[in-house]
Amino acid sequence: MIYFDKVTKRYGDTAALEEVTFSVAPKEFVSIVGHSGAGKTTLLKLLLAEERPTGGVVFFESIDINDLPNSALHHYRRKIGMVFQDFRLIPNKTAYENIAFAMEAAGRSDEEIASDVPYILELVNLADKAKHFPDQLSGGEKQRIAIGRAIINQPELVVADEPTGNLDPINTYEVVEILKKINELGTTVLITTHNKGVVDAIGKRVVTIDRGRIVRDDSDGKYIL
Amino acid sequence: MSWMVIKRMFVTGWKNFARGGAVSAATVVTMTVTLAIIGSLIFLSGMLTFTLNSIKDKVDVSIYFVTTASESDILAVKSEIEKLPQVAEVTYTSAADALTAFRGRHASDHLTLQALDELGGNPLDASLSVRAKDPSEYESIVNFLEASPALSAGGTSIVDRINYAQNKDVIDRLTLAIHATREVGLAIFAIFAIASILIAFATIRLAIYTSKDEIAVMRLVGASNAYIQGPFVVDGVITGILSASLVLLLLWPITWYTGQKTAGWFGGFDVANYYSTHFGLIFLVLMGAGVMLGALASMLAINRYLKA
Repeated sequence: MIYFDKVTKRYGDTAALEEVTFSVAPKEFVSIVGHSGAGKTTLLKLLLAEERPTGGVVFFESIDINDLPNSALHHYRRKIGMVFQDFRLIPNKTAYENIAFAMEAAGRSDEEIASDVPYILELVNLADKAKHFPDQLSGGEKQRIAIGRAIINQPELVVADEPTGNLDPINTYEVVEILKKINELGTTVLITTHNKGVVDAIGKRVVTIDRGRIVRDDSDGKYIL
Repeated sequence: MSWMVIKRMFVTGWKNFARGGAVSAATVVTMTVTLAIIGSLIFLSGMLTFTLNSIKDKVDVSIYFVTTASESDILAVKSEIEKLPQVAEVTYTSAADALTAFRGRHASDHLTLQALDELGGNPLDASLSVRAKDPSEYESIVNFLEASPALSAGGTSIVDRINYAQNKDVIDRLTLAIHATREVGLAIFAIFAIASILIAFATIRLAIYTSKDEIAVMRLVGASNAYIQGPFVVDGVITGILSASLVLLLLWPITWYTGQKTAGWFGGFDVANYYSTHFGLIFLVLMGAGVMLGALASMLAINRYLKA
């Protein structure tokens, strides 16, 4: 599904990623671990075509992302659900509208939005907070809304960049459980984290990055740094 | 673009504006000030035109005819002059009318009236007063008159004198002053208009800057550039319409008050009357400027956040 072929990304003289090669199969749950500045976020940015690689090729379902023109990027990004450490909800939209926005952007009809958004709000246990604005929600609630937004269009891949970084242990557990459930339902999940507890709770494949290089790739979910 | 998408852009734009709070309010205030400056420039332009026209109306060239010239010859000259494209108006004053007017002007000056009576008869000439459409045209009108055969009756000139030569200096200076005032006025208008437009642009740009993270998220969830841009443009247009409406509303009491206070200051220019008679034009200019400014500034400001 995802294939990084000798991908290098440099910012000036500094290499954020150096000849990284790895692949992710459909329905896999992969945790990318590493210290801050190891290159985890850069890897996700390349996957989302927020950045272009200096060398190598990134494939998503056999599409070379580098070949995508800017005008086609929004179509490509609709295939991926994105979750961020800082939630990145739109502040002047309610919880309902934040989730609905992803559907609106994908050109879904008002009827689809009216039927799907309440279902997702139920799924993330926030049906009663539909009309709340982000600043009226707790960190855990915000992250659950962000996950709802990420999965509303039933993407083939959900990418989560440090999704539990700003959460307390209880909310971290809830978010991990939601992500595991999403994966069990057939969606590929790729998360970056440096939280050992999260990696152990997931118990799936772990890719370790250090100074821009992949140093370990374990299928049994061990966090070793 | 489907109707559904357009409807969503309008609804989202309106919600963004309504929920914008202090940012929306600040943008409306700045845009209102900008449009108020543009509005006041329209009034200044109207006042300047009115004043210049009043001055121009006071300038004319008079052709005085010899006392022996018949009225029919003078009226023939009048109709010849009226045919000239640069002439705005020609007024005939007979010798008798001139005498009546003279007596009227000197009604309290017994010495002059006594001298006039002692002369016997009417010493004053009949005359034609010519007003050109533009003061710079007087020279060509006078040249035409001097070359015209209509000014001769049986080979003798029926013209006693034309007062252009003695007024030429004044007319030339006035023409120069009018042109200079227009040019300086235009430059001042342009400077103020550009400055106020730049301020409005900067404010909208700042308002959109506060949404840059939001724009980045919209892009990452797969919104197209047009879908992201649309609501911001709608927001800008709403700001423009609201600001223009505020200015149009505020202008009623302001022009009424100013009109009362400045009656007679500018040669009879009535600001309130100008506003009511030119409301259509002012409405179109302010509303058009508001909508254009709002839409264009939003579009340009957001473009920088939509690359790649």
